[in-house]
Amino acid sequence: MNNRRDFLKGAATGAVLLGSQSKLGLAAAVAGHADAGKSKVVVAKDAALHNAGGQLDDKRVIELLDRAIASYTGHNHPVESWKHLVPTDKVIGLKVNGLGGKGISTHLALVLAVCERLQQAGVKPGNIIVWDRNARDIEACGLTINTDPSKIRVFGSDVSGYEDQKATWGTASIKLSKILTRECAMVIGLPILKDHSGAGVTFAMKNMYGVVDRPQDLHDGGCNPGVADLNCIPTVREKVRFTIGDAMSSVYNGGPGFRPEHLWQPNTLIVGEDRVAVDHTAWQMIEKKRAEVGMASLEDSKRPPRYIATAADAAHNLGTNDPSRIHLMEV
Amino acid sequence: MKHRLKNCFTAVVTVSVVSLLAFGLAVTGCKKKSANPFPDSNAIASWEKTSETRTFAAKDLWQYIDGDAEQYISAGVVSTSTSDYKYQGQLEAVVDVYTMSDAAGAGKILDAGKTREAAVVQVGDAGISYGQSIVFRKGASLVRIVAYESTPGAPQALLALAHGVEARL
Repeated sequence: MNNRRDFLKGAATGAVLLGSQSKLGLAAAVAGHADAGKSKVVVAKDAALHNAGGQLDDKRVIELLDRAIASYTGHNHPVESWKHLVPTDKVIGLKVNGLGGKGISTHLALVLAVCERLQQAGVKPGNIIVWDRNARDIEACGLTINTDPSKIRVFGSDVSGYEDQKATWGTASIKLSKILTRECAMVIGLPILKDHSGAGVTFAMKNMYGVVDRPQDLHDGGCNPGVADLNCIPTVREKVRFTIGDAMSSVYNGGPGFRPEHLWQPNTLIVGEDRVAVDHTAWQMIEKKRAEVGMASLEDSKRPPRYIATAADAAHNLGTNDPSRIHLMEV
Repeated sequence: MKHRLKNCFTAVVTVSVVSLLAFGLAVTGCKKKSANPFPDSNAIASWEKTSETRTFAAKDLWQYIDGDAEQYISAGVVSTSTSDYKYQGQLEAVVDVYTMSDAAGAGKILDAGKTREAAVVQVGDAGISYGQSIVFRKGASLVRIVAYESTPGAPQALLALAHGVEARL
């Protein structure tokens, strides 16, 4: 673990810089690997990800990430995979989720692993921004604020501010974080899988509530159609292009806050470009766990994540929630 | 004229005394309402208060717990305060104190969070424990204490902290 953090530190200071190559277009990267016309979702699992003491094994996390990305892209070499995923000469944002506090936020080990691979693929440290709503959420992920452009930047929308002009799509009329609008060419979502008392499930699409000034305005109706509408705002739709979903730990009930009594360790990453398919897959994981422990389904609990179907409808067209159109790879 | 002045003086004094008494009561009442429920460092053995207390009005609760705010708002939350603690320099925990408009609201949230794994604990008017967390209500207050790790000593340590908070409510 220390070695990898030392590496990251070195990379962040510019000591490790690999060649920069720019590749655009995830669809091109995965075309030919997914079944024709299907959305590919990779579910990568390592049952030994947590040690006997319940701590994450950092080395296994990066190996799991490599396996997930290799499976998604079809390139076995991790660095080559990343070169096909991101434009290496642009600013890449990593939108984490620290709302649940220290107990249930995007894991630091995953953030470090992604940062390491991005740099090895040629993204300059200063062109990586790890971000969330504010300092509190970022620190909940174990990160430290840094705005020095020679290193990986880590800060929240409380630092950048929000656009003065509202962006609108359907019911969503919000101000977007300037980190999304002005800094990042592409954003990779790093949400953490949680049950949600209102929305049912929070993962890839719901993570975007952390990029707006007043997320509380989008909570009506179990966040439906708020989540789908927000993701249809062009800047969100176009820039947030990939999800590396953290399901290494999760809460299957009582979320989105940390409820240790409902904590479980799926030891899984859920990866994909189609945010609807990713959320649908994550939802099924939560339902399976609830059934295992004898808990009512989210449907029976009157809070199914209806926004997923809304996001897939013809008006929103953000992706698919139809299992027959999802190419699910469990690796 | 002299008699009228005397009456006037008496009236002014009476009004002033009543006003002062009313002010005093108001201040006392205010003090009680805004009493700090968070024990100072080491007020409870081995518990250190590691952060400033943050307080959120109902309308701002989303800033702290996002969508989870809805259930508290519908149960009549007035304000929420939170602070971090550490036990023996290692076990980290967070204490949330929700001030509801009445005891029924606090009861509603407590009941909503109960599952069959909950163990009853004698703290406040009613309380439950899951080992790594304790939730209890006292009057119109609902308190949730959550540890970030599961350790053998956590349940007892959390219970001691819960009693410390209870005593200040």
